[in-house]
Amino acid sequence: MTVTDAQRGGSVAAPPRAASAQDAGPRARARRRRRDHLLFAAFAAPNFFFLLVFAYWPVVYNGYLSLTDWDMISPVKKFVGLTNYVDLIADPDFRGTLWTTVLFVVGIVAGGMVLGLAIALLLNQKLRGTRVVRTLTFAPYVLSGAAVGTLWLFVFDPNYGLIRPLMAPLGLTAPAMMTDSKWSLFGLVVVYLWKNTGFVAVVYLAGLQSMPRDVYEAAALDGASAWTRLRRITVPLLSPVTFFLLVTSVITTFQAFDVIAVMTGGGPGTSTSILSWFIYDQGFRAFDAGRSAAGAMIMFVVLLLITGLQARYLERKVHYQ
Amino acid sequence: MSTLDTATRSPGAPGTAGSTGTVRRRAGRAGLYVLLVLVAAVTAGPLYWLVSSALKTTPDIYSYPTHWIPTDLRWSNFTDAWNAAPFGRFFLNSLVVSVVGTAIELCAALLCAYAFVFLPFPGKRVLFMVLLGAMMVPGHVTLLPNFLTVAQLGWVNTWAGLIAPGLGSVFGTFLLRQHMLTLPKEVMEAAELDGAGHLRRLVTIVLPMSRPMVVTVAVVVMVTKWNDFIWPLIVTSSAEMRTLPIGLLFLKNQEGFSNWGPILAGTVMVIVPVLVVFFLAQRHIIAGLTQGAGK
Repeated sequence: MTVTDAQRGGSVAAPPRAASAQDAGPRARARRRRRDHLLFAAFAAPNFFFLLVFAYWPVVYNGYLSLTDWDMISPVKKFVGLTNYVDLIADPDFRGTLWTTVLFVVGIVAGGMVLGLAIALLLNQKLRGTRVVRTLTFAPYVLSGAAVGTLWLFVFDPNYGLIRPLMAPLGLTAPAMMTDSKWSLFGLVVVYLWKNTGFVAVVYLAGLQSMPRDVYEAAALDGASAWTRLRRITVPLLSPVTFFLLVTSVITTFQAFDVIAVMTGGGPGTSTSILSWFIYDQGFRAFDAGRSAAGAMIMFVVLLLITGLQARYLERKVHYQ
Repeated sequence: MSTLDTATRSPGAPGTAGSTGTVRRRAGRAGLYVLLVLVAAVTAGPLYWLVSSALKTTPDIYSYPTHWIPTDLRWSNFTDAWNAAPFGRFFLNSLVVSVVGTAIELCAALLCAYAFVFLPFPGKRVLFMVLLGAMMVPGHVTLLPNFLTVAQLGWVNTWAGLIAPGLGSVFGTFLLRQHMLTLPKEVMEAAELDGAGHLRRLVTIVLPMSRPMVVTVAVVVMVTKWNDFIWPLIVTSSAEMRTLPIGLLFLKNQEGFSNWGPILAGTVMVIVPVLVVFFLAQRHIIAGLTQGAGK
């Protein structure tokens, strides 16, 4: 029998196919497999198509753009090799941007982890109202960054904002948080902490609630103080959660954009120009596609390294536990 | 285990004298409540400040000492915002982009997850890794190329251009797949014997059994699209096509800092729909957004 015969035969016997496929010969089973493979391809195709066109291809194309000199209008993209990267690394402004990015990311991630853990420990106590507060602290995390940025611009308004009546009783005058380059980066960190800390707290809280109780009891019986228990038991046991949060927070903070765009637009001066702002600014305001693309590739590589670090850590964890 | 739970909390350190221990514990609890109120106040304070100020008259906004409670509610800030910018149009754009985008993305994610769980394919594992790999592509790397693609299609300033680049689903596909893996195999086998095709099995069996997860993914995806900022900023240049967050940015730039009332009213309009959805579906949203932490 040739393959076509088998196919024809198959199509004749099609109606009761499900039942007959069970006891049909290997040839029919192979045909069924092939059909399932096709079906898999058909089912997975839309999603893979979107990802290919709008996520994978762009990486390649962006890599190419980073090797060109192009103003986004001219029909010619001039190939310049690694010039954009060399220029960026030599540019003190860009190095300033990288340094600002580090301060911004460290401030938000470190601050968020410490505050988030503290709030999680508080919410883990047997107190009334912890559920409500848990939901409440999470809420800013789901709000539009543009709205949050606008809201905080008003909070930080030195004359009419919430900051003035809060600082006045302490005998302090409110600084011009967002228009003074001494304060602007700090102001942004505060806003992102307000927005994101609830997420960290809720994840930590889930970690705390799944921790073994017997260890605590033993420690309490040994007379270990609350502080010792926190340092010696809670924090080490939470380390997988901490690592997860660390990696995800670093990745999302690197890409933070909306609050910055609304509150400072990278300024005043370049005081809040972090890498994500730089990429947008160079590409869509200065129309220097090559520089923007090179900046984006640098961000991509940094984040890949961080993700790789996580993968290695998880491997080790599997190994030792 | 569960019987010990209560025991762990109640006793202080062994050897504490009865009454002083109680006093100290009470003081400790009071302190914890103070902290709890503080956390709630820091979170809710700015939100209250926003909503109350959006209802204040202009002189009340621009006066010190602060008016903590708006004396006479002024709704006209909202109409002012509505008149200063085409907010109705922003609403429509945001709604179309988030609802249509979510519907398409969810369908693609469901089909893809189903295929990975219930259909054979050579090299399926590798393919799944490829899928997850897309998660590592930061949005900023795709900005220029996607803009060029969309421009080439003639989709700048259109709903299609706003929606298309966000349709690929990694997060949703991953969560749906994880959930489908837990469904009992017997049900599927029974359906197979009944002669139900895969599409019918997906719609009549898998979908109803995955409802909580589908809702979680749908809500999280929709909120993400509603809040999306950088892409709509880039792909729209006419006021007509802006989504709410972008409209808010332009309203702020246009009205400056001299007219907070309408700007704050606009901010309230952007935030309230999400807050409502959040408080209604908070269980789903929190579960969805914190997925991956448990692994």
